[in-house]
Amino acid sequence: MVGAGQAGVQAALSLRHGGFDGAVTVIGDEPELPYQRPPLSKEFLADPGQQPLPLRAERFYDAHDIRLLRGERVVTLDRAAREVHLGSGGRLAFDHLVLALGARNRTLPVPGHDADGVLTLRTLRDAERLRDRLAGATSAVVVGGGFIGLEFASVARARGIPTLLVEAGERTMARAVSPAVSGFLTAGHRRAGVRILLGTTVRRLLARRGRVVGVETDDGRRHPADLVLVAVGAVPNVGLAAGAGLPTADGILVDACLRTPDPRVFAVGDCARYPSPAVGSPVRLESVQNAADHGRCVAETLLRGQPTPYRAVPWFWSDQGELRLQIAGVPTGAERAVLRGDPDAGAFSVFSFVAGRLVAVESVNRPADHLAARRLLADGRPLTPEQAADPSFDLRSHSRSRPEPGPPAVS
Amino acid sequence: MPKIIYVDPDGTRHVVDAPDGTSLMQAAVANGVEGVLGECGGSAMCATCHVYVDPADGGRLPELGADEDEMLDSTASPRTTASRLSCQLTASEDLDGLVVRLPEEQI
Repeated sequence: MVGAGQAGVQAALSLRHGGFDGAVTVIGDEPELPYQRPPLSKEFLADPGQQPLPLRAERFYDAHDIRLLRGERVVTLDRAAREVHLGSGGRLAFDHLVLALGARNRTLPVPGHDADGVLTLRTLRDAERLRDRLAGATSAVVVGGGFIGLEFASVARARGIPTLLVEAGERTMARAVSPAVSGFLTAGHRRAGVRILLGTTVRRLLARRGRVVGVETDDGRRHPADLVLVAVGAVPNVGLAAGAGLPTADGILVDACLRTPDPRVFAVGDCARYPSPAVGSPVRLESVQNAADHGRCVAETLLRGQPTPYRAVPWFWSDQGELRLQIAGVPTGAERAVLRGDPDAGAFSVFSFVAGRLVAVESVNRPADHLAARRLLADGRPLTPEQAADPSFDLRSHSRSRPEPGPPAVS
Repeated sequence: MPKIIYVDPDGTRHVVDAPDGTSLMQAAVANGVEGVLGECGGSAMCATCHVYVDPADGGRLPELGADEDEMLDSTASPRTTASRLSCQLTASEDLDGLVVRLPEEQI
């Protein structure tokens, strides 16, 4: 496995749990024991006492005869020789290779982007730096209103730091949630005291003696900040695959079983673009669930000796202050959105439909809806928009009932 | 430091020092207790840190939260009245000596 994040490590341990007895090597370019990233924008950032959470204890890798190379980079993939070349100079031979290369943060292509105090958040090291700076920050600007930007803004604001969030799009989290949920999140953050500018871009970062002191937005206004978090999305790491002649297009292109055109080479997690029956088109998703389930799927293929199609329903979550957002499926591109619950009471779900079929459910502080949605989407059990909107309809029981034979419900 | 005793389904006991303030999921994972996964990192999203706590010890634990209650309905091993998510249980002196039984499966 090239990559020691959730996908690479999961593939390795699923192989061992499934009884694989060949050699297993996981190569990661960070020095730390592989760790959980989700807490880094949440509890870890909020609480200086929090330790990083390892994916598995160090002894686990020894106990399962998984060779873990840390702080090591793969520089070349030689498919003909079935070898990878390591940054430290060695070579490793493989029968099968799992590319779990992850993604890297986009940078902001504006003057001043490299000033001291302009930070980003992906790795444990990033999070430690951000947490240190947060302790002494007097005002923060967040560039980007996605998952990371909003999670960070709520942590900064909870610590009493004046916080401004600048989002280029017309709404927050536009790639991930429906307009209704965007609006709710934006309003919630504003109520908590985060200033949010939509449809606004950053023209330059202002620095004095190399340290950031503010940002200038495209309307010419200047906003003071001694801490700027750039959270404008990620690009997949495809260089190793592209260099080896494998097809890429915003992700390493794989088939329904996560295989590249080279049957010995797979791609999983954030770096993989794959046809998803749950989403209905080729997707590349950046999430823990996607990474871990990909790892399991590839392990299954290798263990059984026959290709295993990947079918898992995607799910995501985000904790932002008092708001707990849970998403099942991919809600973008919906033709019809139906509300269940009451946004004014701070608890509701948006059910998204395409051609009368449920494709996604976003839940704010409604965990029961979320779990019902995961079950419904996994089983393909029909749900009509009318049922979704009807508060007296028992969603939980419906999601647990056996699929009914006969014609699907009218929608 | 409070000690937590994790018991595998086959009876193997793991005695773990759980620093105050860490969750019982974190303490288990960091100490190589393999029966606890904690795939979501402790957000009560994945139900892979399911444990059983003797109801007699229930009084030492915080009440079930709404998220936890819902997630416990989707555990891989059967839910019982003893079921909890260990990511929602925080180590403290009150929990010193707590016995936590691990399920057969987490996935």
